[in-house]
Amino acid sequence: MLAHLPILQVIVPLLAAPSCIILRRPGWVWLFALLVSGSAFLISIALLQQVMDSGVIVYELGGWEAPWGIEYRIDKLNAILGLIITGISTIVLLAAHTSIQEEIPEDRQTLFYVLYLLSLAGMLGIVTTGDAFNVFVFLEISSLSAYALIALGRDRRALWASYQYLIMGSIGATFILIGIGLMYQMTGTLNMEDLSRRLPEVAQTRTVFTAFAFLIVGICLKLALFPLHLWLPNAYAYAPSIVTAFLAATATKVALYLLIRFTYSVFGGSFSFTTLPLQTIFVVLGLLGVFAASITAIYQKNVKLLFAYSSVAQIGYMIVGYSINSTAGLTATLLHMFNHALMKGALFLALGAVMYRIGSVELRDFHGLGRQMPFTMAAIVVGSLSLIGVPLTVGFVSKWYLVLAAIENGWWPVAVLILLGSLLAIVYTWKIVEAAYFKAPQAGNEQVREAPLSFLIPVWMLVSANIYFGIDTRLSVQVATAAAQSLFGVGP
Amino acid sequence: MFLGLYNYWIVVVLMMIGFYIIIAHGNLVKKIVGLNIFQTSVFIFYISVSNIDGGTAPILAEGFNQYSNPLPHVLILTAIVVGIATTALGLALAMRIKEAYGSIEEEEIQQRVNREC
Amino acid sequence: MSISLESILQLCIVLPLFATLGIVVTGRYPNLREAVTIGTSLVVFYFVLQLYYGLDRGESISVQWWQLLPGLQLSFTIEPLGMIFALIASFLWIITTVYSIGYMRAHNEKNQTRFYAFFAIAIGCVMAIAFAGNLFTLFIFYEILTLATYPLVTHAGTEAARKGGRIYLGILLGTSIAFFLLAIVSTWFVAGTLDFTTGGVFGPNANTAVVGAILVLFIFGIGKAAIMPFHRWLPAAMVAPTPVSALLHAVAVVKAGVFTVLKVSALIFGIDLLQELPTTQALLYLAAATVLLSSLVAMRQDNLKARLAYSTVSQLGYVTIGALLASSSGIIGGSMHIAMHAFAKITLFFCAGAILVAANKTQISQMRGLGYQMPITMAAFFIASLSIIGIPPGGGTWSKWYLLVGSMESQQWIIMAVLLVSSLLNIAYLLPIPIRAFFPGYQTSPAKFTIKEAPLASLIALSITTVGSVVLFVYPQPLYELASGILATPGTIHGK
Repeated sequence: MLAHLPILQVIVPLLAAPSCIILRRPGWVWLFALLVSGSAFLISIALLQQVMDSGVIVYELGGWEAPWGIEYRIDKLNAILGLIITGISTIVLLAAHTSIQEEIPEDRQTLFYVLYLLSLAGMLGIVTTGDAFNVFVFLEISSLSAYALIALGRDRRALWASYQYLIMGSIGATFILIGIGLMYQMTGTLNMEDLSRRLPEVAQTRTVFTAFAFLIVGICLKLALFPLHLWLPNAYAYAPSIVTAFLAATATKVALYLLIRFTYSVFGGSFSFTTLPLQTIFVVLGLLGVFAASITAIYQKNVKLLFAYSSVAQIGYMIVGYSINSTAGLTATLLHMFNHALMKGALFLALGAVMYRIGSVELRDFHGLGRQMPFTMAAIVVGSLSLIGVPLTVGFVSKWYLVLAAIENGWWPVAVLILLGSLLAIVYTWKIVEAAYFKAPQAGNEQVREAPLSFLIPVWMLVSANIYFGIDTRLSVQVATAAAQSLFGVGP
Repeated sequence: MFLGLYNYWIVVVLMMIGFYIIIAHGNLVKKIVGLNIFQTSVFIFYISVSNIDGGTAPILAEGFNQYSNPLPHVLILTAIVVGIATTALGLALAMRIKEAYGSIEEEEIQQRVNREC
Repeated sequence: MSISLESILQLCIVLPLFATLGIVVTGRYPNLREAVTIGTSLVVFYFVLQLYYGLDRGESISVQWWQLLPGLQLSFTIEPLGMIFALIASFLWIITTVYSIGYMRAHNEKNQTRFYAFFAIAIGCVMAIAFAGNLFTLFIFYEILTLATYPLVTHAGTEAARKGGRIYLGILLGTSIAFFLLAIVSTWFVAGTLDFTTGGVFGPNANTAVVGAILVLFIFGIGKAAIMPFHRWLPAAMVAPTPVSALLHAVAVVKAGVFTVLKVSALIFGIDLLQELPTTQALLYLAAATVLLSSLVAMRQDNLKARLAYSTVSQLGYVTIGALLASSSGIIGGSMHIAMHAFAKITLFFCAGAILVAANKTQISQMRGLGYQMPITMAAFFIASLSIIGIPPGGGTWSKWYLLVGSMESQQWIIMAVLLVSSLLNIAYLLPIPIRAFFPGYQTSPAKFTIKEAPLASLIALSITTVGSVVLFVYPQPLYELASGILATPGTIHGK
């Protein structure tokens, strides 16, 4: 059993997805989905332990040897990503049953869980596989189910957002497909490990440059890197709350994982950063993303839209850390992936609670919420403090590493800009705090009660994780550092 | 150069046509058609690459020792299925958008969306 | 039952946080709730005294908590400067609680539980800052202090409170994230350590250009020290109820700022390095400008609290000057000023609050002849003003003396002139208030006023702090010994 863990990580949710249809009542389906997600989480913990103890796990599907067969390869980088994805998925699912009662019609609720599990399976497939084309397949599985999930939103703008995401996402995926095809053409293999061995010989050809360029652009579309981020704000804002909480914490991280995996493990760091001036491009785009998105966030009236733009800004930070091209920078990016998942998971889930109780996430409907929903608002405040980077929260840990990495690389202006970006976060989060605590409730909103426990428990689990991992950073820092070092070929 | 690499030219032309349709047309269904053409160009690229000069169909047979590469065919089968799923989803969304907004023209929909915000 | 000094140190930080829980739980029973605060504050002061005796005996007390980031530990150490800060903060917490009881009840304030709860958290943070063993620990609690005091500043919940809170939070968080954090990470990168060390952490081969830039980042980043142009948060914070202004903005928050400046100057840079940095002189002039400009602005304020706020900005500039003079007398003067100014300013704010509650006046122009209505209050105001000005019997005499000596030692004649001129300005904006209160001139006659003093609790509080100011003048030795021990190597606190 233990030997098959890598494939079970993906197969369990994948098979469970259509099985949901067998169970009739949404309540049963919810429990089933929760069970499945929980098992996936346990598997990911087991895998992480195995990897930390004995190094890279290689699993051949069906016993077929690589490079002809498909290989699943778990190293420290995907182990931690698997942990993030399954962890967030499970915690978010805890609130799903209650949340979708208000947001999705009853006849569609079972289908919601089917799509959710499919998306989960897709993302897990992307991070576990060691085969390039397999990546494309799972990318499309997760994306298509994500498009459908977003379209389940109550507001009709969800349909439009989903359609736009579909068009942009499919273009991105097709670019990735072109890139994979060109790589295959030049090397004759699709296995990532094999590609990394064969690419250096043919690396200086135009074909490989083109392949690299297509891959990078395609991944950046999925990553929502400025200026290819246009699909993200609407998609996150109008999707059902559970979907937003899940996707915001996982989807873009998976794309970033792909970027790291392809540039470091497949093409090799030296090739990647010398063919295209990736460092310059990414640091500029990353910082632009931080400022443009943060400033846009300040002017939003819809709080979900506000935090969606904030997510684009945070992705900008991750890209800046990546662009430093050093162990320290990559550690900072990986840390921020982990921490941001916790932050945004908590925030969007809390917003889901607000949506559940008052049916709206407009800023003017937040007036007086500080008194009416104290625990929910407290969760939003802590999550916001984490975004700003206040000490003792996870956000501070990421920021420290990011600034340190920039300074170590001699990029003092970048360090200054990173910190200035945090100040913008203060502006847009404090608008919410002021609305909730300083204004009296609007007419008609006086009878709001606190969110039900089914929301409060997962929200506060995530918020406590925010604080816990901000105080006890051993797990996240050790794994992130180990993963970064192994990608650079330094450590074990 | 042109004649020897004609398959690549076809790929490039189709890709650009598809891409152009997606960007330039406002009709939702036309965008999906454009996406399809775009994806088809990639299929053609893969399949044309798999063809070996002087190779026969990839089925083991006596007397032949050069076969075309079957792997890209397999990959493209998968990609075609993905493309079908995307098209189906896109068209379904277009239908629901028509129900909700009364139009499948991007400009009109965008106007109605902006009015709501 | 003997508790080890290490445990006492941790209790000093942790007890106020437990008090918060106690306050929230007993929220419905005001007397019980106030008893929790007073009880905790007395215990904390007792513990701080024990720590002081331990330090006096030459013991070194330090506690390490866990490692937050690799190489960066949360650690606490007792050293003389922190001791000064902790002693005045814990003592004045007791007094302020007594004052608040009188003020809040007489003024019928709402949300008193929230008030006392966040007060306790703030004091816990102050204790942690005072005892911080490295810059990392200090920064963490410095930030938490800003956040913990925000609900106190915006206590009133009005539009004005919200706006004031915005400026407060904006400037303090802004400077600390943009400059202070950058300075700390840079120090970590350049020096490899953030521990407070006698003689500084940068070592003999420091690149003076880079370290000079880091100094600038520190001075601008420590927004709580209210160096211009980042001083606006102080007047903005005056929307807070007076007990908040008194303890936090005369004692805790602002002193955390200048305490950090002193500690960074003495124990991260070291006075020898400070003398060599190219930017020290410019920053010294900036501090001097802050002193003068804010005094001038203070003279133009009619609102008493606003005038006191700008006076505080000016007085904080004194401490920064003391730090940047890079001489031992400067450090001594600056450290002593922390204590002198704390007692004097808190008295002034207590008086302002008393005047608001008892006579319902906020504008100085309305306070003519108030001395006949509130004699004790205005007498206290007079004595406290003397301390600020630097004339006997105010304790401020000594701190100003050492600052002057320090500027002479460093041959900073301009600074000396600034200090002297500033005393004159202090006279101009402080003394008229009590003088006109007792000698109102031709407009009003004494017979019109009947004695209507502040609530008894508040009166007791402000009397104690006034007496404290005078005591510090008459008996400054313990304070002086602590202050001179800052630059000494550990274990030789008496400078021997």
